[in-house]
Amino acid sequence: MRRKPKFTFPARFLLILLTLCCVGLVYVSFILNISGGPLNTIAGYVFIPMQRGINYVGLWISDKADNLKDLRDVMEENAALKVQVDELTSELNTIKLEQYELDNLRELLELDQKYPSYEKVAASVIGKDAGNWFSIFTIDKGKNDGIDVDMNVIAGKGLVGIVTDVGPNYAKVRSIIDDVSKVSAMVVTTSDRCIVHGDLQEMNANQRIRFNDLKDPDDEITEGAQVVTSNISEKYLQGILVGSIGDLKKDSNNLTKSGTLTPAVDFEHLEEVLVILDKKISGEENK
Amino acid sequence: MKRKITVTIIVIICFLLQCTLFKALSIASISPNLLIIVTSSFGFMRGKKDGMLIGFFAGLLIDIFYGGTLGFYAAIYMYVGYFNGFFRKLFYPEDIKLPMILISASDLVYNLLVYVFQFLLRGRFAFKYYFRHIIVPEWIYTILVTVFLYFILLKINQNLEKSEKRSNGKIV
Repeated sequence: MRRKPKFTFPARFLLILLTLCCVGLVYVSFILNISGGPLNTIAGYVFIPMQRGINYVGLWISDKADNLKDLRDVMEENAALKVQVDELTSELNTIKLEQYELDNLRELLELDQKYPSYEKVAASVIGKDAGNWFSIFTIDKGKNDGIDVDMNVIAGKGLVGIVTDVGPNYAKVRSIIDDVSKVSAMVVTTSDRCIVHGDLQEMNANQRIRFNDLKDPDDEITEGAQVVTSNISEKYLQGILVGSIGDLKKDSNNLTKSGTLTPAVDFEHLEEVLVILDKKISGEENK
Repeated sequence: MKRKITVTIIVIICFLLQCTLFKALSIASISPNLLIIVTSSFGFMRGKKDGMLIGFFAGLLIDIFYGGTLGFYAAIYMYVGYFNGFFRKLFYPEDIKLPMILISASDLVYNLLVYVFQFLLRGRFAFKYYFRHIIVPEWIYTILVTVFLYFILLKINQNLEKSEKRSNGKIV
C-alpha cells in the first residue's frame, strides 16, 4: 500500500502567512498600545530564570576575579581613608551644627518636606537590548513585585529611565539615554524647563545626552548646572536628578537654548536599580 | 522532533548569551548578533522554511523582551532566514566562503533595515555616523564570532541529519 504523501506547506505561502501575522502584531501593538500580553507571561517564566542564572554566574566570576585584585588595593586605600576619616569627622561636626540650625529655620518657616520619600523596590539588571541601537534593559522584578508600566527607575544619584512593559517576573526599562526617550526636565537653580532626549550619536561620541527648548532669557544658567525632572512631566516624578549641563548654546531663534548634559548615572556599568513604586498622578486621572 | 528540540535550545542559548554574556564582553558598547548567525546558517543549511521559522521565533523573542512594537524584529529575522534559504543549492559544508558572505550580508541588511525603520523615519539622518559607529563595528564583531559559532552549528546540523537518515532508514 502506498502511503499518502505527507502534506507540506509551500515556503512561499508560509512566508506570506507569517508576514501578515507580523503586520497584524505591529498594527495591534500600535493601535491598542499593548505588548505581549500572554506572550509576556509565557516568555517571562521560561527565560527570566535562565537569564537570572547566567547573570548570577557572571557576577560570581567577576566577583572572584575582583577579590584578588581588591585585597592589595584595599590595604593602600585603608591607610588613605584613615586620614580622610579624621578630616571628615571634624567636618561632620560643623555640618551637624549647621543642620541643627537649618532644622530650626525650617520649622520656623513651616516648610513641608518638598520631596516625599517614595517607596522603592530594588532590582538587578538581567539583560540588555539584543541589538546595538537602543538602550532597553530588563530587570528581574515584575508585576508580582508590584511593578507597573510608567514607574520611574533610578540608580544611585539619578534617573535611569521608565518601565515600558511588565511581565509577571520581569520588567522592560527604557533608559533616558535611549534614542527615542524624552523627559521633561528643569534646571534646579532657575526652574527653567527643557526637554531632555536621548541621542545615540551623542551618547556614543561623548557619553552625553541632549536637551533643547531651554528658556533662559537672563543668561543665568551656566555649564555644570544640575537638571532634575520637572513638575509638569506627565510620567516622571518631580525632582529626580537627570544630570548636569555640559555645554549649551543659543538656538537660531534667539529665544531658547539647547546643548548636552552628562547623565548622573553610569549607564555602562548598571547592575542594580531602584524602581519607585509611586506613580505620578496626572490631572487627567484625578478627574 | 529531535531537530525541533535541538534548534529551540540553540535559539534560546544564543538569545540568552547575546543579551547577557556578550553585552558584558561588548567592545565600545557594541556586541555581536548571534541570532542573525543562527537564522542565516539554518537558512542556507536547511532551506527557506526552516530559516524562516527560526528567524520568526528568534525575532519574536527580541520583540517580547526588548522591542518597541511586537512583530517588527520577527519580520526582519524571518525575511533574513527566508532569503538565505535561496542559497541552499550553493551550499557545501566544506566551503567557508559562502557562509561567511551570507552571514555578513545578513547582518548588514538587518542593521540597515533597523536604521531605516527605527532611525531614518524619526528624522535621524546622520547615516554616515551610524554606519561607521554602529553598523560596521557590529558587522566585524559578528563575523569574528561567526568563525566559531558557524562550525558549532554546522556540526550540530550534520549530526542531526545523520541521525535523521538513520531513523528514516529503519522505517523503509
